[in-house]
Amino acid sequence: MIKIMLGDFSVKKTKQIFAHLFLMLLGVGEANAEYALNMPRGVTRISNDVYDLHMLILWICVVIGVLVFGVMFYSIYYHRKSVGHEAEQFHDNVKVELLWTVIPTIILVAMAIPATKTMLEMDDVNEPDITIKITGWQWKWEYDYLDSGVHFFSSLDAESNQARQLNSGVEAADVDNYLLNVDNPLVIPVNKKIRFLLTAADVLHAWWVPEFGWKKDNVPGFINDAWVSVQKPGIYRGQCAELCGKDHGYMPIVVIAKEQAEYEQWLEEKKAQALAEASSADRQWSQAELMAKGAEVYQANCASCHMADGQGVPGTFPALAGSSIVTGAMDGEVAMVLNGRGMMPAFGAMLNASDLAAVISFTRNGLSNKVGDSVQPLIIKPMLAAMTQPEEDDDW
Amino acid sequence: MSAVTSAHDEHDDHGPKKGFMRWLTTTNHKDIGTMYLVFALVMFFVGGAMALVIRAELFEPGLQFVNPQFFNSMTTMHALIMIFGAVMPAFAGFANWMIPMMIGAPDMALPRMNNMSFWLLVAGGVLLFSTLFMEGGAPAAGWTMYPPLVLQTGNSLPFAIFSIHLLGVSSIMAAINIVATIFNMRAPGMGLMKMPMFVWTWLITGFLLIAVMPVFAGAVTMLLTDRFFETSFFDAAGGGDPVLYQHIFWFFGHPEVYILILPTFGLASTIIPVFARKPLFGYHSMVYATIVIAFLSFVVWAHHMFTVGMPIAGELFFMYATMLVAVPTGVKVFNWIATMWKGAMTFETPMLFTVAFVVLFTLGGFSGLMLAIAPADFQYHDSYFIVAHFHYVLVPGTVFMIIAGTYYWLPKWTGHRYNEKLAKVHFWMSTISVNVLFFPQHFLGLAGMPRRIPDYAVQFAEFNMISSVGGFLFGFSQLIFLYIIIKTIRGGEKATGEVWEGAKKHGLEWTLPSPVPYHTFETPPKIK
Amino acid sequence: MAVEGKRKHTSLVLKLFSVTVLMFGFGYLLVPIYDVFCDLTGLNGKLDGNAEQTQDYAVKTDRIVTLEMVTALNEQTPLIFKAKNSKLKVHPGQYYTVEFYAENKTNRPLHARAIPSVTPGLAAEYLEKTECFCFTEQVFKPYERRVMPVRFVINPNFPERYNTLTLAYTFFDLTETSVN
Repeated sequence: MIKIMLGDFSVKKTKQIFAHLFLMLLGVGEANAEYALNMPRGVTRISNDVYDLHMLILWICVVIGVLVFGVMFYSIYYHRKSVGHEAEQFHDNVKVELLWTVIPTIILVAMAIPATKTMLEMDDVNEPDITIKITGWQWKWEYDYLDSGVHFFSSLDAESNQARQLNSGVEAADVDNYLLNVDNPLVIPVNKKIRFLLTAADVLHAWWVPEFGWKKDNVPGFINDAWVSVQKPGIYRGQCAELCGKDHGYMPIVVIAKEQAEYEQWLEEKKAQALAEASSADRQWSQAELMAKGAEVYQANCASCHMADGQGVPGTFPALAGSSIVTGAMDGEVAMVLNGRGMMPAFGAMLNASDLAAVISFTRNGLSNKVGDSVQPLIIKPMLAAMTQPEEDDDW
Repeated sequence: MSAVTSAHDEHDDHGPKKGFMRWLTTTNHKDIGTMYLVFALVMFFVGGAMALVIRAELFEPGLQFVNPQFFNSMTTMHALIMIFGAVMPAFAGFANWMIPMMIGAPDMALPRMNNMSFWLLVAGGVLLFSTLFMEGGAPAAGWTMYPPLVLQTGNSLPFAIFSIHLLGVSSIMAAINIVATIFNMRAPGMGLMKMPMFVWTWLITGFLLIAVMPVFAGAVTMLLTDRFFETSFFDAAGGGDPVLYQHIFWFFGHPEVYILILPTFGLASTIIPVFARKPLFGYHSMVYATIVIAFLSFVVWAHHMFTVGMPIAGELFFMYATMLVAVPTGVKVFNWIATMWKGAMTFETPMLFTVAFVVLFTLGGFSGLMLAIAPADFQYHDSYFIVAHFHYVLVPGTVFMIIAGTYYWLPKWTGHRYNEKLAKVHFWMSTISVNVLFFPQHFLGLAGMPRRIPDYAVQFAEFNMISSVGGFLFGFSQLIFLYIIIKTIRGGEKATGEVWEGAKKHGLEWTLPSPVPYHTFETPPKIK
Repeated sequence: MAVEGKRKHTSLVLKLFSVTVLMFGFGYLLVPIYDVFCDLTGLNGKLDGNAEQTQDYAVKTDRIVTLEMVTALNEQTPLIFKAKNSKLKVHPGQYYTVEFYAENKTNRPLHARAIPSVTPGLAAEYLEKTECFCFTEQVFKPYERRVMPVRFVINPNFPERYNTLTLAYTFFDLTETSVN
């Protein structure tokens, strides 16, 4: 039974890890270890300050610990009954007691000074070069470049998403950056002051990239701010740090820091891509095309709640297979997907017309549903048009 | 007539009733203490089983056993059951058994309320446990139950909240009872500054409970009305604020942390002098330190929320206040070591657990000091570092002292000595495995692993595997504890009244025979 | 002894019990205390929902503060909601009017409320609004489009250490809960 439950418990993998552990104990693993023992130094001035602060307190604690427990173990060794030590009966010494109240206080003050300095520096969000709004959703991130209008969602990449399913049969180690990879990474230029405005659309989230030296909560209805200035180009990964429901562990963050020129190029590409996606909605799609695209969109956006087979989770997330909304009139499902209801998000705000048309068509003809009809992006587009760009009105 | 006197009349002429009715209707502090301790032990294993589900799932990357929603229910229920079902009832059990005996009282001040508070605890515990079987699953928003997430809980939300109300009422009643007992029932001559440290720490814990459990009850009631009666305390749309909940919760939550640790300090201050054969060093400063810690606990709550986006002045205030807690806590640790200094120490199991407690609790204290530093906390917060921190404080801290206290008084309760050899095996197994379990979690947190996740990136695999191995070892080691307890209750070498060499000097309870008679100190003892 | 003991218990237990009741009330009292606390400290950038009186401030032409305007929608609030300008350079002491645009995307009336939030939180109290759509619940007719002005001034005492101010509005859909 246990054997079955464990399934392919990957004896190989386990052996591998134990071998690794063994090497680690010998100290030879250190050189090319992929695990980390300590906080990363990070890639911003502040993250360096935080690291230094962390190490300072750590060493102070270590020194105090060695001294105090040194005394204790000395006593344990020499003041035992079994070595014939006689108990003395003192029980007070005002001088000593005063001393061990005052000294720790002084040490604490010494710790508080650098901590306060770092704190003040973190708080200075003035004059950013770029402002990016980060909105936490169950369970993805939305990034809004307020200065250039670029806007996209960022969710767990498809490969990790597949491997992470219960008993998926895919080995986590075989997936690149398992659970730490996304479909659309956040891209920022290096050596620029980037200011983040953090908020959430449903529940609390927290945006955390350890290499940047901080995390901050995303609170629905309120905005928080924080900033980074990344000193080194590279790919930095993090995760949501505030419990936000069932897929809390599956909303990673990937930030790519690029040189200014490359960043600008990326920005242009992103804008062009948005235009192309918008125009893809202007042509007629074949049924096969809709189903193929729809399956992809479904996996990325719907499967985490309604499950890959559309059976949902009884009592929490309704099944789509055989659902009266999905198999009912087209208008009902379109309205539901675009505008949401209850815990169902309004996907009209997240997906483009092609993706929406495809995923609606897919749910009606896949997941063991056979309604037979499908919807074209051309139909969805006008419903959506207003959402991305307010129409220029005379009042403006 | 008063509860006290009628309870006396009832019991003066005869011993306990027979069978189940004895336990259901008992007003005897020893019976109720036993029931509290048995309940706590059962819950310790229930909560422990949940912890093992968590550690089993985290043994390797990938999902092998449970789905993420159930995993979240496990972390939530594990915490609630361990805090409200295991640790607090265990302390109430010690208090019931020992406080009357330590202060020379015949029973608790309010014996009937005592019975009621125990059975309310059972009702609350059962109700909480039953949420596991409800549609939508048990609460899964963490034991802190932050809105708006907690409002997405399925049918179990009102049941979970009601169970918290019951548990809260139960512990408030227990606290009132204990405070009343300590104030009004002390034997003549037992001045406040002559009370054993355990009694002192429980007195202060009692006040903390009375002060903050109602606040918690209020906070969860607000959740209830937000969900079902359209109030909007925590809903930004109605002018509320989800962060307000966190403030109210931690206004309760931080004193609650000390509720879980102060009686532990009392136990350590009780046990160390006996096995060092010396009086407790710095009794007065111990008492004052406890009071200072209790006061500070009301002004440090927001250090649980440094990342929530407070104005800088707030962050700095809570950082400084939190760092200050290290001073009285340090005083306590230094006093314990000074008590050992130049003693004539022996290391029976209670002392072993206490020494391990002093070292490992202090280790948890050090990581607590690190967490107090707000800018560094921006890294540590909600990572496995904090998981390591509070488990160090609560497992080799609180739980170890509960175990130490059990070994310490078990001969007194049962009249039998436990198997010292086996108990030492239990000690070494527990101490080694608890470190294998929790120490690597520091590394995981520093390396960037968030808490409350069912699955993780592969670079966290090694330490999670070590931690899980430690977890299973620790869990199964506790079966030895269970075996020893059962064995000792059923028989064994007869214990003397004093049990531990020279213990008579250290507490009234040791002047009584072992096992303790059903009624004790019906005429108050003389106190020098 | 017994009777005296009883009296001692009763009065102490009553006291302790009333502390319990008081503390339960205190939990609720924390709600308004928190609001006052927020006003004082700018915690969370909360703003009180009332219009300020227009004041005769001296305009500080030598200071420029960048005001950012950010819009957000909670969950599936079916609105289009944009700020006309996302950034504005302003002088403390001078009154400005900025416009926000909202459109109901549905064919049914929509009750919604905009919740303002300002960052940095400590600066919130210096942003004084005399007119704002966030003071009251907004009711949109089906497909209604609306331009909503916000008139504000930055108090000339705005601390020197800040030069950027962000004003965010999040619209919450209240249609289901609204009593109107």
